[in-house]
Amino acid sequence: MEPLIDVKHLVKNFGDLVAVDDLSFSVFQGDVYGFLGQNGAGKSTTLRMILSLILPSSGTIRLFGQELSTNRKSVLKRVGAVIERPDLYKYLSAIENLSIFARMSGRKATSRQLIEQLEMVGLADRAKSKVATYSQGMKQRLGIAVALVHNPDLVILDEPTNGLDPQGIADMRNLILHLSKDLHKTVVVSSHLLNEIEQIASRMIILDKGKKMVEGTVADFFQPAKNKVHLVVSDPQKAKLMLAQTPWLLEAEQLKQELVLSLPPDQVPALNRFLVQQEIDILSIRSVNSLEDYFLSLTSENQHVATFTN
Amino acid sequence: MWPLLQIELFKIFKRSRTYISFAAIGAIVALILLAFYADGNNYMAFGMQSLTQSFDIQGKVLNGYLICFIILQTLLIHVPLLIALVAGDQVAGEANMGTLRLLITKPVSRTRLLLAKFIASTLYTILLLLWMALLALVVSVWIFGTGDLMILKSTEVVILENTDVLWRYFAAFGFAAIAMTTVAALAFFLSVFAENSIGPIVTTMSVIIVFTILSTMDIPIFNTIKPFLFTTHMIGWKGFFDAPVSWSPVLQSAGILLLHIAGFLVATIWVFRKKDILS
Repeated sequence: MEPLIDVKHLVKNFGDLVAVDDLSFSVFQGDVYGFLGQNGAGKSTTLRMILSLILPSSGTIRLFGQELSTNRKSVLKRVGAVIERPDLYKYLSAIENLSIFARMSGRKATSRQLIEQLEMVGLADRAKSKVATYSQGMKQRLGIAVALVHNPDLVILDEPTNGLDPQGIADMRNLILHLSKDLHKTVVVSSHLLNEIEQIASRMIILDKGKKMVEGTVADFFQPAKNKVHLVVSDPQKAKLMLAQTPWLLEAEQLKQELVLSLPPDQVPALNRFLVQQEIDILSIRSVNSLEDYFLSLTSENQHVATFTN
Repeated sequence: MWPLLQIELFKIFKRSRTYISFAAIGAIVALILLAFYADGNNYMAFGMQSLTQSFDIQGKVLNGYLICFIILQTLLIHVPLLIALVAGDQVAGEANMGTLRLLITKPVSRTRLLLAKFIASTLYTILLLLWMALLALVVSVWIFGTGDLMILKSTEVVILENTDVLWRYFAAFGFAAIAMTTVAALAFFLSVFAENSIGPIVTTMSVIIVFTILSTMDIPIFNTIKPFLFTTHMIGWKGFFDAPVSWSPVLQSAGILLLHIAGFLVATIWVFRKKDILS
């Protein structure tokens, strides 16, 4: 199946700062694709490049099988987006905002159709109120209505729950699930909150400092049977070689100075004994079996743990 | 392009700040008219004191045409601020509101978006000048009537016959439209670099003030750069009130202003097409 979004070797430099570093990923039709990473991980920059707000330094972006740089207009007709805050014209009413962006997207919608769009996000009764009088949650919902007004196939939502209260966050989550399940839209949603992505995404990517750490289904990352053990030892190369011969090790990879091992949870004591027998000193051993721990283990700025765990 | 232009005009005329300019011009013209209505004859007698000692002046000197000339001279110095208020807001204001990133994600080319915004700013400029013409010319003539237009210059007195005046005003307002569009183009260009409309508005006015001072100071070192300052050419409308009209400098000034407009617009498009939208 051809990906809806196909990003290859994407790089964006702002002067000396590498905001996005050789990033490749694919989003398929029907996905709710989660973009996860800390603030400054490169999520918004990547999404802005996909929406042609920012020009890539190098790399390619294909949407719906077409090169974005040469088919911008035809491609963006099929995309709706809310980037960061849902900023709209505050001195205009909701229906006037909706009408403007529908026309800019090439759709001539009737008042009735615009009201229906507002009904979907629960704002029909405030259609003629100026946006300046709206709460943050209402603005966010209106932003979604604007993103959907031309019936796009792909919806990109950058940090859609920012600034919302718990009820607003729950509403947004339900709305995203409604878009995916009932309206069959492909949704790309970014967040720095793991539990948000965990609850709605079918596939996800984790970014750190502009680089892809992992990409896959949420189920891939969250398998209690595939217990991850993070190990710091005196000789990681030797440990990796020796461990490869054990029957209980499923996978081993080296992340910087750390070995990340996949093995059943009941084999952790055996791992400990094995390393001691091989005269390999254990400096640190940490068992990780939740998606949150896995996420934190991949991202380097552990001082921001509170932000992620929310 | 037409739907985009409609949208831009809709946005401009839905903002209450747009009407500040119309109200300001209305207030200034009303005050000038009131002043001349109440005390115009004394003012004229005082102003022409030296002239009446040597000449016998017959007829109605204080008429609608003269007042329109005075209003034009007074207002065309201040109108650039009102133009910059809207033109400087076109891109920077959208960036400040956060709506620019939404506009750019729509299937519209950046060039077309800019052209629509610039044409909308130009139409606003023309409407403002039409409003000024309506008040300064039509209302003045309605209140004070018509007559020969007498203009005092530093070295001569120009007297234009009643029947020979009206076309000159149409031409002068046409020229003023080109001059003010140059201001709009400058503010529009500066707007691309800012994320707040205050910057482009203040910068536009600063450029105009500095250039106008350089244009009017009669110092040899500045005289060499005067032909290259667009503000020197902005007062070219006065050429229509020479007898006979000095067509060559008027047309040259108009041409130079049109070149400035084209230059600013091309530069705006060139910069904006490469710009990363980070707002």
